Amino acid sequence: MGLQVIANPLHGDPRRQAKERRVGRVLGGAAYVSILLSALIVLSLVFEAFTFITEVDLGELFSSSGWIPRQGHFDLITIMVASLWVTGIALLLAVPVGMASAMYLSEYAKPGVRKVLKPILEILAGIPSVVLGYFALRFINPNIVQAIVPGANNAGNLVAAGIGVGILTIPLVASISEDALAAVPGALREASAGLGATKMTTTLRVVTPAALSGLVASFVIATSRAIGETMVVFIAGGAADSAPRALSPGDGSLTMTAAMASVASGTDNVAGVGPTFQSLFFVGLFLFLITLGLNMFATRLVRRYREVY
Amino acid sequence: MDARSTIDHDLGLLLKGRPDTKGTIFRAVILSALLFSLLILTVLLYQVITDGWAVLSTRFGDFIGSGLRSDAEDAGIKQGLLGTFWLALITAIVAFPLGIGAAIYLEEYATPSRLTSFIDINIRNLAGVPSVVYGILGLSIFVRRAGSLTGGATPLAAGLTLAALVLPVVIITSAESIRSVPQPLREAGYGVGATKWEVTRHHVLPYAAPGILTGTLLSLARAAGEAAPLLLVGAVTGRLGSRYELWDFDQLRQRFTAMPIIITSWTKQPQEGFRVDNAAAAIVMLVLFVLLLNTAAIVLRSRFERKRGM
Repeated sequence: MGLQVIANPLHGDPRRQAKERRVGRVLGGAAYVSILLSALIVLSLVFEAFTFITEVDLGELFSSSGWIPRQGHFDLITIMVASLWVTGIALLLAVPVGMASAMYLSEYAKPGVRKVLKPILEILAGIPSVVLGYFALRFINPNIVQAIVPGANNAGNLVAAGIGVGILTIPLVASISEDALAAVPGALREASAGLGATKMTTTLRVVTPAALSGLVASFVIATSRAIGETMVVFIAGGAADSAPRALSPGDGSLTMTAAMASVASGTDNVAGVGPTFQSLFFVGLFLFLITLGLNMFATRLVRRYREVY
Repeated sequence: MDARSTIDHDLGLLLKGRPDTKGTIFRAVILSALLFSLLILTVLLYQVITDGWAVLSTRFGDFIGSGLRSDAEDAGIKQGLLGTFWLALITAIVAFPLGIGAAIYLEEYATPSRLTSFIDINIRNLAGVPSVVYGILGLSIFVRRAGSLTGGATPLAAGLTLAALVLPVVIITSAESIRSVPQPLREAGYGVGATKWEVTRHHVLPYAAPGILTGTLLSLARAAGEAAPLLLVGAVTGRLGSRYELWDFDQLRQRFTAMPIIITSWTKQPQEGFRVDNAAAAIVMLVLFVLLLNTAAIVLRSRFERKRGM
């Protein structure tokens, strides 16, 4: 055989060049699909949401009768109050637990221990939300909520749903917070230790403030995730297809997401009075704008700590 | 290893021999926060397994082999298993090539410009859109506007919706693993005259493959467990064909259901046979499937990390 030296220009084959250009175009096309997707999401929300606004009796958007599509009542306050309760309770659970877990994993756990403990959060993150909904209804509500909230609705309520959503959010908070803590340069820890600070002081007074913008970002992203969580609230929120304004978190009610799920799964969208079907898109647009705003804010925060270090 | 794990405080001297009680308590508290998640997982799995045991232990074959019935003792999840299988397959076929392709473009081909940074921000924002909003996309685009192609509320439309849902996650995780490929690997390829695609195909992708595979497996697990977008796209639990076998392509253009939908609908039934026994048994099956995918992803990643000494 012998060694064959190819002295032609190495990129000279026009067939290779043509293939190169073809592949580049195909891959570029794939990247543009994501822009198309965003455009389609916005368009599909905006059109029907506009129909809803023009067809609905605007007084019904803030009527005190609640969210009862069957009777043409689309009280936004009802579903926003429920969303706020669920999100607030979820954050109350997920933020301390998630951030403390992140501190342990980032500052205390030795690599071997970390390798054993980290998958706990990863497995929890993989549990489907319908499963958490069932767990909230079947375990959290009877065993925990009934004990701490007297008179809470037996068939599900906002506290049970909030705890369920909180559990789902723990891994997210932990993972983003851990990234933020890990991004703090080791030199800061060494300086602190050199001054004689204990590990706890270093963690709380040096590393945590240095990672603050990332920790806030994890809080913001958790908020966005909790507002958008649907199935836990739909299953364990204690309301079927309509709800009055919740006076206490122990009541059953519909969040924005659960209201969408119930409109979509019920027969109301056919038999409902007025623009029930379009209400889906209106609430969806609202939800989209809230989560988009929160996510963009969080991205800006994350970029800040990336720039600092 | 990074610097943070190298400092192991032994501050006996500085504390003048006093034990650091506050520090010990603090450590115990944050460790218990981490173990709290383990406790939740254990209680959750214990609850669903004990609830579902009656069905799984007495009529397992019947439960996975028969269709939805109005009688709790005869009802099964066959249509749900078929639905979830097909949805996962369509999601994988559509989202994986598109997502990995986009990631390759963004990491290897695109030159930094206003447009590419817009695409990048756009993908990050898409990843944060709630799944129920993707349901609206599916409903108005794949079910209604493209209804003549998908046949309306069918597994085809739902699979496309789930593919859209996981696409940003696939792009982000794939891009991360492509970014972690050492630069000298590329330079060596270019040095011997390979084109960009040849370098990508033969050097970058094989190196990034485990990371990409981990990301895609996780996103597939997420798609299989999603219920909210399917509710909006029109998954049902009534008047389903029950005669379908696994590879019947006819079912792709028919009414459909999926495991998470069956579970949701059963938890809302008044009879305990559905609400507890059957729902929990179906949950065990779904969790088993999802955890299998997750575990595969985690094991895969740690094996490759060890191999590369990371």
